[in-house]
Amino acid sequence: MIDGIQPLQLLWFLLIALLFIIFFFTEGFDYGVGMATRLIARNDRERRLMVRTIGPIWDANEVWLITAGGAMFASFSAWYASLFSGYYILLFLTLFSLIIRGVSFEFSSHAESRKGFNFWNWALFFGSLLAPFFLCMMFGSLIQGVPMDAQGNMSLGFWNIVNWLSIVTAVAGVLLCLIHGLNFLRLRIDDPELSRHAQSLNNKLYIIAYIGEVVFALLVIFQTDFFEKRPISSICITIAIVVFTILSQIFNHSDHQAWAFIFSGLTLAGVVTLLFNGLFPNVLIAQNPAHTISIAKAANGALTLQVMTIVACILLPIALAYIIWTYYIFRHRVKLDDISDSFM
Amino acid sequence: MLLGVDMLDLARFQFAMTTVFHFFFVPFSIGMGLVVSIMETLYVAKKDEVYKQMAQFWGKIYLLSFAVGVVTGLIQEFQFGMNWSNYSRFMGDIFGAPLAIEALLAFFLESTFIGLWAFTWNRFKPGLHCVTVWLSFLGSLLSAVWILTANSFMQNPVGYAIKDGKAQMTSFWALLKNPALSAEFPHVIIGAFVTASVVVAGMSAFGLLGKHKHDRHFFKKSLRVSLWIVLITSALEIYVGDYQTQVEIHEQPMKFAATEGVYNTTSKHAPWDIVADLDTKTHENKGAVSVPDVLTILTYHKTTGSIKGMNQINKELHAKYDKKFGKDMSYYVPVKTLFYSFRIMAGFAAWFFLVAILGLIWSRSKKDTIENKRWFLWILGITTYAPFIANTCGWFITELGRFPWTVYGLFTIADSVSPSTTFGELLFTNIMYFLIFATLGGVMIYYSKRQLDMGVERALQGGQY
Repeated sequence: MIDGIQPLQLLWFLLIALLFIIFFFTEGFDYGVGMATRLIARNDRERRLMVRTIGPIWDANEVWLITAGGAMFASFSAWYASLFSGYYILLFLTLFSLIIRGVSFEFSSHAESRKGFNFWNWALFFGSLLAPFFLCMMFGSLIQGVPMDAQGNMSLGFWNIVNWLSIVTAVAGVLLCLIHGLNFLRLRIDDPELSRHAQSLNNKLYIIAYIGEVVFALLVIFQTDFFEKRPISSICITIAIVVFTILSQIFNHSDHQAWAFIFSGLTLAGVVTLLFNGLFPNVLIAQNPAHTISIAKAANGALTLQVMTIVACILLPIALAYIIWTYYIFRHRVKLDDISDSFM
Repeated sequence: MLLGVDMLDLARFQFAMTTVFHFFFVPFSIGMGLVVSIMETLYVAKKDEVYKQMAQFWGKIYLLSFAVGVVTGLIQEFQFGMNWSNYSRFMGDIFGAPLAIEALLAFFLESTFIGLWAFTWNRFKPGLHCVTVWLSFLGSLLSAVWILTANSFMQNPVGYAIKDGKAQMTSFWALLKNPALSAEFPHVIIGAFVTASVVVAGMSAFGLLGKHKHDRHFFKKSLRVSLWIVLITSALEIYVGDYQTQVEIHEQPMKFAATEGVYNTTSKHAPWDIVADLDTKTHENKGAVSVPDVLTILTYHKTTGSIKGMNQINKELHAKYDKKFGKDMSYYVPVKTLFYSFRIMAGFAAWFFLVAILGLIWSRSKKDTIENKRWFLWILGITTYAPFIANTCGWFITELGRFPWTVYGLFTIADSVSPSTTFGELLFTNIMYFLIFATLGGVMIYYSKRQLDMGVERALQGGQY
């Protein structure tokens, strides 16, 4: 065993990482599309067109976050309890963003006028912008180590939460979601002009993303122990992140939309991998090393992990099967002609 | 502390507020899943377009309630960690498995298939399309099973051992076989069916009162379908509610005694108090309007049997728990709230059954006079709001009746709260949640009402995003 970690404990740590990766890969483009409605659409009809591309699937994509949170609670209660109570305000703000975003889909379809529609569309925009912002901010903050007592109760000051690394993580996260969303849009709409707008916006965004990634990597080197603790894997993953971005940009440029989308998704996946790789074998790093919560310390009982492993082995493939089938059903590109412009 | 309000009060208030608001929409959307599924099945079976219109029209309301249910559910998942971190540490090993299964099994199923259902009206054949709405309904049904498994453990802990001050699961089967679950689940789920069908009946009554003459047929059909569901489910609800009471008498006698306002153990022929003057300081029932013998019959389904009073139960609990929780503990639950909550909840259940019978008689095809009885349509319309009150009362009994514990007999509410959360944070989020809920609730009612006012045809043309 590595550092006294049981195999099932390791499995659930990896599964939670995987759940966050799938969450950012799928809901990441939802957030991007939500932001894009206010950045490249020129009228409400185009906005509806864009929202339609994620309409049937965004809710299931959000479930990956709920599952990740649930799995944390289920397999590492101490992690869940300390993290969620410690990052109280950031998580509340994340929730607030998810709420206004979550209702905006239905409410905007019930809107009676342009004004009403636009109100809920702005809610979608801000929700889609702020949810990944606050969530990534939390990740950027917690990897630096937090003030925490022996019982796992944090006492975070303002500067623990808001600092260079957490802000850069938040901005980079939002940016990568937006790039990913624009790539998804290009893949899902049949509207050459809008698609071109997305492409040219992305061309600019990639440049900013490189700057963001370099600054992020430098700050991670100085503010965390990731590169001291695990130099080889951390360097490899960092290089992979940059390579994925480069490939995504090249494919965006050469109009290989599917590949551009896959690599922007992999970029997000790379960032999550870097964070979890750096955390291992701990789940929460305390400023006082004696209080750090390790995987073994946070893990729940063996029976609970066994039950959950059996359940996940059966249910996860089934869920993935019908989710993939859903994507297959909605594989056809959406056209402006499919979108009505009437209000209720 | 501010004006005598402390952290624990704020955390409890927040939990009550978020849970009550969430539980407006959960049973409503679970029930709407069933109602819409039945309507669409009728369409597939009878090929009558009006049933398709019904499924689509009420389906829009289903989607609205589902959306609000999802976002308020997010708060629930986060809040265990945010406000109740010590509870999460204590309960995590038990709560974890059901919650993870709920997410993997139920949430994916309902969210995926409701998305498919909403966007494939023109793409799928009617039979396949109908399957998608049944699957989303099944997902929400399963989600209730798992969250109630966790709740049932909190009501009646089974299949656990205490290790390092934390509850640890020793048998997953024991969790599932918990008698509290087999009593609670049917009560909650059938309550959900009652909720949605009463709302559809009530809104249909408003529809019949409305100005759109050509929608009469639509609303009459909706009314009859929903009233049939009300009739069956409210009768069942009274039955399973009674069953849950039987389980409760053994598991949590204090909760039961409080719902009946029984302070001192009764004679073998206990009267049932309709209203009572309950003194929570001196712990006595100072007179009541009562019906002789009825409480004994309701409780034991036979003519003799006494009901143990709260004062006696309090002594027993002290004897049992003083070593663990200290002598200063009070085991009296909020008696008045429970007493009246029970009467409101049970009263509404009987009321729903009654209006269903009357509505079905007066709208039968041989002698359809319901449109002339505008007073009755108004009563039905106003009844739309009643199930939400009844559900809330039910949860008040369930949750407040467990006082002073979060996990019955094992872990107190006072010990559950997050030590690291500050008064300011809790005050801020309380105010914010209140504003969010007021807005969401208001918008939800407004859009539902507008959809009703604009008539069926326009509602079905208009806006999909």
